[in-house]
Amino acid sequence: MEKIKTYQELTETHDKVKSLLDPRILLDRYQGKKREILVCGDTGCQASDSQKIVTRLNELILANNLEDTVSAKITGCFGFCEKGPIVKVFPDDVFYTQVTPEDADAIVENHIINNRVIQRLLFVHPETNQRIVPEKEIPFYQKQKRVALRNCGLIDPDNIYEYIANDGYMALGKVLNDMQSQDVINEIKAAGLRGRGGGGFPTGLKWEGALKNESDEKFIICNADEGDPGAFMDRSIMEGDPHSVLEAMTIAGYAIQSNKGYIYIRAEYPSCIARLKKAITQGEEIGFLGDNILGSGFDFTIELKYGAGAFICGEETALIHSIEGRRGEPTTKPPFPSDSGLWGKPTCVNNVETYANVCPIINKGADWYAGIGTETSKGTKVFALAGQINNTGLVEVPMGITLQEIVYDIGGGIQDNRRFKAVQTGGPSGGCITRANLETPIDYDSLAAIGSMMGSGGMIVLSEKDCIVNIAKFYLEFTVEESCGKCTPCRVGNKRLLEILEKITQGRGTMEDIETLKTLSEIIKDTSLCGLGQTTPNPVLSTLKYFEDEYITHVRDRKCPAGVCQKLITYEIVAEKCKGCTACSRLCPVGCISGAVKEAHVIDQELCIKCGVCFDKCKFTAIIRN
Amino acid sequence: MELLDPAKQKRVFPDEMYEKLNGFVDDLDIDPADPRKKGNLIQVLRKGQQIFGYLPRELQEYVAVRLGIHHAEVSGVVSFYNFFTTTPKGEFTISVCMGTACYVNGADKILSQFERILGIKSGEVTEDRKFSIDSLRCVGACSLAPVVTINDKVYGRVAPQDVEKIIEDCLVQEEA
Repeated sequence: MEKIKTYQELTETHDKVKSLLDPRILLDRYQGKKREILVCGDTGCQASDSQKIVTRLNELILANNLEDTVSAKITGCFGFCEKGPIVKVFPDDVFYTQVTPEDADAIVENHIINNRVIQRLLFVHPETNQRIVPEKEIPFYQKQKRVALRNCGLIDPDNIYEYIANDGYMALGKVLNDMQSQDVINEIKAAGLRGRGGGGFPTGLKWEGALKNESDEKFIICNADEGDPGAFMDRSIMEGDPHSVLEAMTIAGYAIQSNKGYIYIRAEYPSCIARLKKAITQGEEIGFLGDNILGSGFDFTIELKYGAGAFICGEETALIHSIEGRRGEPTTKPPFPSDSGLWGKPTCVNNVETYANVCPIINKGADWYAGIGTETSKGTKVFALAGQINNTGLVEVPMGITLQEIVYDIGGGIQDNRRFKAVQTGGPSGGCITRANLETPIDYDSLAAIGSMMGSGGMIVLSEKDCIVNIAKFYLEFTVEESCGKCTPCRVGNKRLLEILEKITQGRGTMEDIETLKTLSEIIKDTSLCGLGQTTPNPVLSTLKYFEDEYITHVRDRKCPAGVCQKLITYEIVAEKCKGCTACSRLCPVGCISGAVKEAHVIDQELCIKCGVCFDKCKFTAIIRN
Repeated sequence: MELLDPAKQKRVFPDEMYEKLNGFVDDLDIDPADPRKKGNLIQVLRKGQQIFGYLPRELQEYVAVRLGIHHAEVSGVVSFYNFFTTTPKGEFTISVCMGTACYVNGADKILSQFERILGIKSGEVTEDRKFSIDSLRCVGACSLAPVVTINDKVYGRVAPQDVEKIIEDCLVQEEA
């Protein structure tokens, strides 16, 4: 790898490598002969053997002597995880879904050699039943706008030149060559970028605070401790586009006049760690990290620091303590990290997705960025859609889009046409959005106004099949386990909340308990030390606000309307309806269903674990849930 | 504090394991007088757990002496973070994802099915040390919910009736 020593050399390299992405960007306007097959290499698709697909494709390319005209490689997340593994062929712009390693043979033989698109691997439109060839015609993609995810699914994350080809490191060049620290901050402020980790604090202001504090040493930290269960956008960005994080951190370093950056990354993300390590080595070799970057006299290095599985370490003061090798317990603010952070020095902590937005702002200008989104929330937001929704995956949408559009237009509606119940946003700190608020434009302030929060972007879609008390209990279980224990309201208060919720889901609750939940929640919110404790009662308060009826049904009628709470339900077989097909008894994981073929079956209530497998499988609706 | 010679410490594991850990610490080039030397603790413990499989008291003491910090501080850190374990894991580490997406898709039933079949609770290891069960928070493969990982292999869309087969697969794998 040749060292790039000046801004001039960077622009020359950029011009030289720009054509690398031509087949992928120009599509039908591409005049060349080269074809490319891109395979999703994100954790989700990897779990479905996407690495084997690439290996097989490359074997076949070699065996057929096609290496001059076609290549196959791994790329970052395409977002449409529901249909993974995804394979795209360029410049043909063909989007294949649910590809298996065996399908690689068909792709090479039919598509590459014989130019025939493989119909059975195309996406089928759920309404028209037509097979769709290009990505842009798939409903999932139509309302999306990719800024933070711009390179995911486009470039090979291990190839720094492909990153440069899509304007990578051009923002750093511009900043180091043409701008002062304050100019950079002004640009970020004018763009209106707010922290994507959940808090929504204006990024430019954070940087300005750290710049103003004079110190012999300052630090930049990237918070990659993505702890919200059900949110994985940061992981996808780091896996699919690691250089965008490194470049933005370096820019932030220049803006606050810091020479040292740390990425605090959770241990559960081994593939991210590998990608980032490789990207850092490349950055150092080519000269985008290290001393005198691009001849500007500015020095910056980045080091990885590993988390060890503590949700609280997403809180910035706790994270800083963890980097210092201590227990990750938070401290009161002020002092804010921008005044006294890592080792007592001014420190800026920003989230991965926030960093991913920085370079496009510098390259395209604050006005461009501020033109996307709402009055108070600019730009786009990445959401991880999961739960009872048809299209699970990663979506990036302009702020101000409605929940209706995300759930129905992009997400394709609720699984099995069940009734929409709520969307849970903001993870263990957030709350529910119900049917009544489906049309609310999504931004930081509107979500806060309806008792939820943006959070890091996890969106769990709930249907009538989900019990709302059980969901609240789930989040409290999480909180109780993850509370660091430093302050009493969080350590003891949340434990009490959980105990009450357990009582209710077991049919032992009283009406008084519901009142206690409310008052105790308010106390915990008001008196906890850090952002974790101040928000943990939100799932309880928000579900109580919108679904108090369901709590009351659990308490008064001892019933779980969704049929989830195990102590409140029984499964029984209606003898008259049972055909004795044995489908249920064969599937029952505990073998508690007995009966001869073609005779009515019986469930042994003592042994039944109430998993509901029989209920879901019975074709004759002979199994009822009480 | 007085620095003990790591060579004189009680060793309960094979020597080559300590040598590996020592090599790792040597490479970090820690200055004993550096007030920031504690910043290395978590990565040394990670490495230790990788080599020894878990972090029993003897090993914590060893690390404390090696880095020149108090055992109480090491123990405080080990007990704080979920990633660190003071009990050995099984040959097959079964982790059931308890992230929200997996939970609403029935991960709790998968977990109890593993517990039932193996006769141990989450956080425990079978007597023959073959299997241990844990729950973990979100591997980010939410489209495959509910997800179970065993060592590095990911099983997606697991149903309660699949659990027995998954355990059998592990045993077959072991014999092969």
